[in-house]
Amino acid sequence: MKRTANLLLPFVGIALALLVWGGLSTMVTDLPSPLKTWEESKVYILKPLEKRGEMDQGIALLAYYSLMRVARGFLLGIALATPLGFILGMSKTAMRMFDPIMQVLRPISPLAWLPLGLILFRKSEPAALFAIAVCSMWPTVINTMAGVRAIPQDYWNVAKVLRLSPLTTFAKIVVPATLPYMFTGFRLSLGIAWLVIVASEMLTGTPGVGGFLWQEYNSLIYAHILHAILTIGIVGFVLDRLMGIAEARLRAI
Amino acid sequence: MALIEVSGVSKSFGAGSNRRDVLTDVSLTIERGEFVSIVGMMGCGKSTFLKIVVGLLAPDDGRVHINGLRVRGVQPNAAIVFQNYSLLPWFSALENVRLAVSAAFPDWTKERQREQASRHLEAVGLGKALHRRPNQLSGGMRQRVAIARAFATEPEMLFLDEPFGALDALTRESLQQELVRLSSAGERPVTTLMITNSVEEALLLSDRIVPMTRGARPLGHPVRVELRRPRTAGELMHDDHAAHVRAHVVSSLTRDLKPTTKQQVA
Repeated sequence: MKRTANLLLPFVGIALALLVWGGLSTMVTDLPSPLKTWEESKVYILKPLEKRGEMDQGIALLAYYSLMRVARGFLLGIALATPLGFILGMSKTAMRMFDPIMQVLRPISPLAWLPLGLILFRKSEPAALFAIAVCSMWPTVINTMAGVRAIPQDYWNVAKVLRLSPLTTFAKIVVPATLPYMFTGFRLSLGIAWLVIVASEMLTGTPGVGGFLWQEYNSLIYAHILHAILTIGIVGFVLDRLMGIAEARLRAI
Repeated sequence: MALIEVSGVSKSFGAGSNRRDVLTDVSLTIERGEFVSIVGMMGCGKSTFLKIVVGLLAPDDGRVHINGLRVRGVQPNAAIVFQNYSLLPWFSALENVRLAVSAAFPDWTKERQREQASRHLEAVGLGKALHRRPNQLSGGMRQRVAIARAFATEPEMLFLDEPFGALDALTRESLQQELVRLSSAGERPVTTLMITNSVEEALLLSDRIVPMTRGARPLGHPVRVELRRPRTAGELMHDDHAAHVRAHVVSSLTRDLKPTTKQQVA
């Protein structure tokens, strides 16, 4: 009985949210109602893989473009962040040297990085990757660092007692001990990367969910904006859940 | 020449008013093949002392010589068993032991290293648990893995830091016997320094028992255990010599707790 209730409650919540949305749409002139949003967007959802023009594509295709961009930017970000996290975690000197820079770079918005990327790379695609990488890397840096710091003295003693080489210590003790923390960092980084993608697509006008959203705003098709917003939310949620599952698996060891 | 010579070792932690002297002017000599136990209560600094002898911790003052050479860092021919097992949770029992073997014998082939590891695990009765991870093993089994790991590196010296402290009485006894069997399996017994808070455990295993009191004083007078091996806990209960050693150790451990009463040494 309780279990069915627990399964049903999220749907009750969604229904309530739709009611509020519907209510608001009667008061705000340009806000489309849930039904209107569905009517105008269903072509994208029902034919998710259809390509009609550069921006006029099925939602699955648009999401795919965005995801690919996120994947590349995210991989670039964690490829930089993980080694940096290990270095900062293992060396107090490096930590003291780079911590202030890190604290200054961390709060910078993707909207601020993107123009710099455009100056550096002169093309929108690498600029977008640059912005995603630079914005999303920090949680991975910080969590990896914290993970290395949290390695119990016992494990360092094992390394000393067995007289393991620095390389073996790193591979057999430091990396496995840090892995769960790293994955927490990856999950948070991926969340940020997905936030950045929309901003960077909006600014560069490249095809993807964010680019689509901006174009539909310019074309005054407001229902499509809501459709894009919901898509962004749902994809982000699914990404987070997938990373969460991977993380839980690692922690179970 | 003695294998291990510790002379005038001192160690304190903290500074200023927080300074705590843990060891003051501690000396100890261990002969080759000897099994020496340091018996003391919790917090008397015996674990710190062991860490210094092993080379995990540098003393503030004094020196440790092993084989006539000054100790800096952990010795290559030493193995250590900690109370909390110190196994790596992401590796199976076999992998834990194999890591030690491959570090101790880097020139061996992978098969030989593996064979050495599994042979030593079988010797402690874990032949069927080779591929289990530490969290799938009981406390006693984990400590067996740690003991197998120590012996698999064929050490010349063995350091035991309250190795059976976390185990129940029955497991403790069977592991103690196992340890006796393993350390006398080679051509000559492995030189062993054990830290323990149990006088009985020290009686069962040692050639010599050294009492250690709290409050950073020099070690108490060592006492020799002149009993033939193998010893059993039952025999020790009724043996006169064992009673004498027990009384000596207990009295030197408790003397400082009650400075006004005169203790009689049996």
